[in-house]
Amino acid sequence: MRFRTHFAALLLSAVAAGAAHAATPQDTVKLHQRALAATCANCHGTEGRTTDGSAIPSLAGMPREYMVAQMKAFRDGTRPATVMHQLTKGLTDEQVQSVATYFSTLKR
Amino acid sequence: MKRRSFVQASLALGTLGGTLSMVGCATTGAIPSKAKVVVIGGGYGGATAAKYVRMLSNYQIDVVLVEPNDSFISCPISNLVIGGSKTMGDITTPYDNLKGKHGVIHARDRVTGIDAAKKTVTLAGGATIGYDKLIVSPGIDMLWNSIEGLQAASASGQILQAWKAGPETAALRRQLEAMPDGGTYAITVPLAPYRCPPGPYERASQVASYFKKAKPKSKVLILDANPDVTSKGPLFKKFWAENYAGMLEFRGNHKAVGVDAKSKTVKFETESDVKADVLNVLPDMSAGSIAMQSGLANVNNRWCDVNYLTFESKVAKDVHVIGDSVLAAPLMPKSGHMANSHGKVVAAAVVAQLSGMEVNPQPLLTNTCYSFVNDKLVVHVASVHQYVAAEKTFKTVPGSGGVSTAPNELEGIYAWNWAQNIWADTLL
Repeated sequence: MRFRTHFAALLLSAVAAGAAHAATPQDTVKLHQRALAATCANCHGTEGRTTDGSAIPSLAGMPREYMVAQMKAFRDGTRPATVMHQLTKGLTDEQVQSVATYFSTLKR
Repeated sequence: MKRRSFVQASLALGTLGGTLSMVGCATTGAIPSKAKVVVIGGGYGGATAAKYVRMLSNYQIDVVLVEPNDSFISCPISNLVIGGSKTMGDITTPYDNLKGKHGVIHARDRVTGIDAAKKTVTLAGGATIGYDKLIVSPGIDMLWNSIEGLQAASASGQILQAWKAGPETAALRRQLEAMPDGGTYAITVPLAPYRCPPGPYERASQVASYFKKAKPKSKVLILDANPDVTSKGPLFKKFWAENYAGMLEFRGNHKAVGVDAKSKTVKFETESDVKADVLNVLPDMSAGSIAMQSGLANVNNRWCDVNYLTFESKVAKDVHVIGDSVLAAPLMPKSGHMANSHGKVVAAAVVAQLSGMEVNPQPLLTNTCYSFVNDKLVVHVASVHQYVAAEKTFKTVPGSGGVSTAPNELEGIYAWNWAQNIWADTLL
């Protein structure tokens, strides 16, 4: 899976490099969104995919509304946690929406 | 430290031998004369930056990582090797995937010079690489002169630091195994800031956990230059009182100023000398040596001041410094997790700048740091750091972050999974 994704990205980048296209505003938004989502990756894996057998859940492919609801439940204390209640309090609603949107678009 | 000296020596021999190739070091592919991005140092900061520049540029920006070792050895979890519940193999990950999966060119060498005007770096093996952007992540160096006699005692292997995970980690474990029951292990802690604020206390806990099982008449002494435990203090002290009473002792305001390897003695600024069978003496620390030599460590000739939005050095254009070498923003720890977070912010900034995009105006850093108080129970400290444009620095978000309520086994599981995931995020 990861290999295939990477191979596709290589092909795409080869095409893109050939076209030498200028960055669009959408590219900038996407880059900033990926950088924000990458702050989850230290524990939840690169692009939201954890290592095999991990007790920490993967986020890739998680439904957007579900993830937003969980993040808010951690934040208001209705879902017990060891660390997520402390981390979610550092994110704005907009940031929660952005990371949930990003991970929901990724394949599991 | 010993291994680094060996690498330096063999590189020097290679140069003396009149060859530009390295002795005993195989570079993965040829070293290019120019790359868009060059990264110095393959630790938590540099390896993450190298991988994420590749990923975030959709593999369009070429990256050379200059790192002499063929494998990454993690400082986090290395205290468990010293305690005996993990092995060196458990904390070692090869760099192969950065090349195989992400197309990072790994130059197995050491940078000896940075020319910020010409935008080149020079390697010990003789090669020169030009760059558009340089990311410097050299970790820490020991300020040997802060403790008289320590450099020689360290070089001879008699008084170890084991504060860069590697051969010294295993050597310190061997010293503990060789120590007879009834002996004393003493660790000295320098004044903050130093690498890994809770590290000394986790290490002392690991040694006590080992002694409790294998050498119950032995003692653990923490001799701390700071007045009190620097990180997770109440959690550590409560656990020590309940589990290591009579074995582990904490003494604050003990600033080590000298050692005598022969008599295994530490001398302090004001307090009486202390003798121990196994001495683990940590001197003051600074930015890594290449940052010191190249003038990037512009604050007290010790840490590197950066523009936190991009981690660009305040003294060298297009040179970005990350990880433990950086002058920390308020409440920003020198930790592996934080260095990995720096690596992503700098990667996104460099990709934006090289692609003509706006740099993210609101970068975010997180830190989660787990400490094992024995082989199973863990406590954490966590924080979230948001860039505050008005103050041009990162500040912790009010109300966020915190510590564990008590040592617990569930976080022991999470801590080990955290390690596996951050190693993968950094290297795989």
